[in-house]
Amino acid sequence: MSDTAVVEIEGLSSVFRTDGHEAVVHRNLDLRIETGELMSIVGGSGSGKTVLLRQMLGLERPARGRVQVLGRPASELGAPGAASRVGMLFQHGALFSAFSVLENIAFPLRELRTLPADLVRDAALVKLRMVGLDPVHAHKMPADLSGGMVKRVALARALAMDPPLLLLDEPTAGLDPDSADDFCELLRSLHQELGLTVVMVTHDLDTIFELSTRVAVLAEQRVIVCGTPREVMAFSHPFIHEFFQGERGQRAQTLLQDLPQGG
Amino acid sequence: MADTTPSLSRHSLEQGMAVALQGQWTAARLAEPRTWATLQRELPGLRQGDESWDLRQIQRLDHTGAQLLWNSWGRRWPARLETLPAQRAVLERVARYTVALPSPEHHGPFYLWERLGRQVLLVLSHLQSMLRLIGQLALDLLRLLRAPRLGPWRDFSGHLYHIGATGLPITALVGFLIGVVLAYLVAQQLKLFGADPYIVNLLGISVIRELGPVLAAILIAGRSGSTITAQIGVMRVTEEIDAMRVLGIARGYRLVLPRVLAMAVAMPLISVWTTLAALLGGMIASDLTMGVSPAYFLLALPDAVQASNLTLATGKSVVFGVFIALVGCHFGLRVKPNTESLGQGTTASVVVSITVVILVDALFAVVFRNVGI
Repeated sequence: MSDTAVVEIEGLSSVFRTDGHEAVVHRNLDLRIETGELMSIVGGSGSGKTVLLRQMLGLERPARGRVQVLGRPASELGAPGAASRVGMLFQHGALFSAFSVLENIAFPLRELRTLPADLVRDAALVKLRMVGLDPVHAHKMPADLSGGMVKRVALARALAMDPPLLLLDEPTAGLDPDSADDFCELLRSLHQELGLTVVMVTHDLDTIFELSTRVAVLAEQRVIVCGTPREVMAFSHPFIHEFFQGERGQRAQTLLQDLPQGG
Repeated sequence: MADTTPSLSRHSLEQGMAVALQGQWTAARLAEPRTWATLQRELPGLRQGDESWDLRQIQRLDHTGAQLLWNSWGRRWPARLETLPAQRAVLERVARYTVALPSPEHHGPFYLWERLGRQVLLVLSHLQSMLRLIGQLALDLLRLLRAPRLGPWRDFSGHLYHIGATGLPITALVGFLIGVVLAYLVAQQLKLFGADPYIVNLLGISVIRELGPVLAAILIAGRSGSTITAQIGVMRVTEEIDAMRVLGIARGYRLVLPRVLAMAVAMPLISVWTTLAALLGGMIASDLTMGVSPAYFLLALPDAVQASNLTLATGKSVVFGVFIALVGCHFGLRVKPNTESLGQGTTASVVVSITVVILVDALFAVVFRNVGI
């Protein structure tokens, strides 16, 4: 399993049609994500980062090309059992507002219909504590949670079935710097402990340099470069220059110097 | 390819029982009904405490599988356990994090009493905010009268179109069918007495005075009252109403007033439209069942129904419209910023506005019992 790619995208084109208007988001895009990687996808606003995640989840149909996830076409993902293959953390959590925190986490397990309630409850509580939340929050409703807690609960739900692949859409957006650092720390430890493959879309340079083993840069409707943070920084392209060499980029790079290899 | 079904095998050794596990101990595999049934039969019998467990043949162990083992070990480490390092890590995490679920908040001895009190207070708070809405509407109307040119007329015309024009087909269809049904029912009874021509009186009075306005109001309450609540409710969920407030735009003047005005104008028009459709249905049906010709029907109608009935029906419709819009806005503004509350608010809005329509109608019937009959 170690040498097979978890995600394989070949010649992908994504096109949106609205009122006879055609918007091409991706054109002939290739991307390969290996097992155990922590891949960051970066790009300007509207460069199709989230659409790329949605393609991996099978929520969008490729106009052309092939998207394979765990050796199967992504379009098959929506079928029962999807939760045991891919976990997704949506940008705003997408918690079910009618369920309590514990019910949200237990939902994928409970939908299997065979496992007894006490086992499901214990397993959900373990996940709740794994993402660093106290069991007293178990009975709260999503509307009563802070932004950071919503993300943690959503992460716990994404991990409920221990999927080998975890997709994250802007995991640290909307969190204060402290919670963002905590969340990065949590992701890093989960990545190491569970041997997950993680793909995340983010704007947060700190997160990129702190966590990712590889970075893919989306621009001009394709992946212009994909490599370790150092390799990507060395690549010459106006967007990369803007993104990494700006004032914020300089600040984040001091982090990179502390890391031994950068990935 | 080896069998990946989670299973266990036992054999006796000198020091007791040895249990070896095989297959994929993951949530998805364990939940297969047949597998689960087998495991449930075999696992509980193994709780003597002196077995040695061998997990090394397991192909995959996830947290749910580990939880199952941990629970069946009685949440203690077994005396002898052989695992791979990765399995050990999963088991240790489960062991570390397993806790009893803290029980939800307890109800005190006066819980029911307190709940009753909360309900009463809730009703009072509804009445209070409804009153405030009406007061604000009166102030906004004064402001509009003082400077009619600066009124929210664009919003008004948009709402007029959405409430009125787009509601015409459905109200016409329902009105027509009710007219047909009513005519058929009445025809049966009138034939018994040979009082065929009186169908004009019966249909005329009931449709023009009662059924037309009430039917239209109930349809519009379901159709547009719910839309008003949902629109304003979504604006609350997405903080648009807060944004308006911060920009210094009066929500009563821009959200409530145009909707109430549009409803007050559209409702009587739709009511007349529904009444006409119902009379048309009744006319066609009485021609078919009793041979009362349309010409006679139209000729006899003005004598059967006094003109004051029309005034009453139109006046009633204006009141219906104002109440439907007010109730819709009221529940929309009370939506809390979550999706569940939005659904509840919309349902409550429709139920309350239909109830209010019927209440107001009953009130009109009592107050104006001497008019037009």
